[in-house]
Amino acid sequence: MKHVVIGAGPSGVVAAETLRKLDASASVTIVGDEPEAPYSRMALPYFLVKQIPEEGTHLRKGANHFAQQRIDIVQDRVTAVDRAAKSLTLASGGKMAYDKLLIATGSRPVAPPIPGMDLPGIFSCWTLADGRAIAQRAKPGAKVLLMGAGFIGCIILEALAQSGADLTVVEMEDRMVPRMMNDTAGNMIKAWCQSHGVHVHTSTRVTGIAKGSAHPFKVDLSTGQQLDADLIVSATGVRPNVEFLDGAGLEVQQGIFINRHMQTNDPDIYAAGDVAQGRDFSTGESSVQAIQPTATEHGQLAARNMAGHTGAVHRGSVNMNVLDTLGLISSSFGLWMGKPGGDSAELVNRERYRYLNLQFDGDTLVGATSLGMTQHVGVIRGLIQTRTRLGKWKDKLLEDPTRLMEAYLASTQAVGFNAALLK
Amino acid sequence: MLKALQLEPEKCTGCLQCEMACSYENEGVFNPSKSRIKVFNFHDEGRFAPYTCSQCSEAWCLHACPVEAIVINPMTGAKDVLEDVCVGCKVCTIACPFGTVNYNADSGKVIKCDLCGGDPACATACPTGAITYVDAEHTGLARMKAHASQTIPKN
Ligand SMILES: Cc1cc2nc3c(=O)[nH]c(=O)nc-3n(C[C@H](O)[C@H](O)[C@H](O)COP(=O)(O)OP(=O)(O)OC[C@H]3O[C@@H](n4cnc5c(N)ncnc54)[C@H](O)[C@@H]3O)c2cc1C
Repeated sequence: MKHVVIGAGPSGVVAAETLRKLDASASVTIVGDEPEAPYSRMALPYFLVKQIPEEGTHLRKGANHFAQQRIDIVQDRVTAVDRAAKSLTLASGGKMAYDKLLIATGSRPVAPPIPGMDLPGIFSCWTLADGRAIAQRAKPGAKVLLMGAGFIGCIILEALAQSGADLTVVEMEDRMVPRMMNDTAGNMIKAWCQSHGVHVHTSTRVTGIAKGSAHPFKVDLSTGQQLDADLIVSATGVRPNVEFLDGAGLEVQQGIFINRHMQTNDPDIYAAGDVAQGRDFSTGESSVQAIQPTATEHGQLAARNMAGHTGAVHRGSVNMNVLDTLGLISSSFGLWMGKPGGDSAELVNRERYRYLNLQFDGDTLVGATSLGMTQHVGVIRGLIQTRTRLGKWKDKLLEDPTRLMEAYLASTQAVGFNAALLK
Repeated sequence: MLKALQLEPEKCTGCLQCEMACSYENEGVFNPSKSRIKVFNFHDEGRFAPYTCSQCSEAWCLHACPVEAIVINPMTGAKDVLEDVCVGCKVCTIACPFGTVNYNADSGKVIKCDLCGGDPACATACPTGAITYVDAEHTGLARMKAHASQTIPKN
């Protein structure tokens, strides 16, 4: 059996390792187009602020890890998939045959259609190469403009601010992290960033970028304001890497459409991670979540199915994020925006930057948002994904959402070692 | 044979010796807020529940880590955080469905129970036997594990 994985990100690497574990005799190959050892994009912000060296971003630390696992890593780019011949075309010219194929090619940043976006010196923060370029330029005092305050934008914001740059962030929506935080929480994060010296413009667009005189860039905003910048970092959205599939006849919507066995419409071709549109636990619909935990979950499940363990059915991944903006820690889970007809509990303390919002469907927790919470946050995932019936604890949570951990212990541990105590 | 922490809330009196011992052993301070084991107080019922990582076999934290900073300790079976590798991204803190990996803002890293390398200070400190370090085959533990595995199906 010859398994081929395209993409050496977390999803592809976890899949390859799982394939090896489940089938000692199969051939397992990863084709990845980046020049470095498999690394984690998530670790880039820490590389940017020099908290870790380049190797610190590597997904696996052992020098011979992949050789020991008998996983072949081929540095090349797949340019076409011939499903009839079960063969891949490689950019270097060769072909590669597969029995089962996993597409884990992730996504890449898209530049918004703004005049001047093609000027040299405008970077995304997506690859190690980007990380190196930004680290070189984000010097203390440098005027840095960050376009986009979404999840990825805010992660980079933390790193850019830490490097001592004079930072301005521009976001089209009316708050920060609009797809992860509601109005209250998103604006509390904005206020926090402003109080820490970051200039934040929400409901604002960059309308044009031109070469400047005193500074490399002059930037026009939709508000009419003009800003100088030494460095521009763009985090305005991504697009799945699917172009090499043109004409292959695989169903692509937001991403490559997969069923609950992580299979595409070709039963020998699977997809996983940021490139895949898989089941969302909370909605039951398929969507591209583009987060690390989902990428590894997909990779593992795809591998199990590729190895013939077809009982491994995807129940859906819980969409969840945790963010640290200059020391303010926030998280969001599942249906943080709520479910029609469901109850919710909210606790707001603007002075102390504390926020907790719980969303229910009947007496089960289906979503949550938190600011300033670092202890036992994971139980939110636990409660959502087990669909634990909270019973009388739901009412207690409506009164005081901070009793989350008690509610968790009382409602879940009662079936286990706490049974005698809390039934 | 592997050993594991057995927690028996019915024996807990809420004295918090375990939290003190844990924070002192691992962080060098007597500060319950730095403890990796927590005693929850059910005021209404006047009861207490000690709670920490069960070193579950699913190891959600380990699989979520983007930089391989959480590894299985071959001696104890615990999932250990390698402090020098952890970048502090906190993804494990949301991935652990038991809420037993926590972020420590002082160090910028996450902390979780590592069984003190095989001699858990909490068990030693507990005066009432609510926390014991026992063979992993022990019956009470089987119940704990049954709980852990039934919470989230692996698929
Ligand atoms: C700065 C930053 C911070 C982030 N922080 C977080 C966070 O805190 N939490 C979180 O959950 N997520 C975070 N993410 C998102 C997370 O990194 C992604 O969800 C994750 O990388 C997805 O993994 P993947 O394997 O699907 O794709 P990728 O990691 O993108 O890997 C895909 C690989 O495939 C390669 N490839 C593409 N096309 C081809 C081809 N035709 N042939 C060969 N190779 C190809 C790509 O070059 C790439 O190396 C962050 C991302 C960034 C950029």
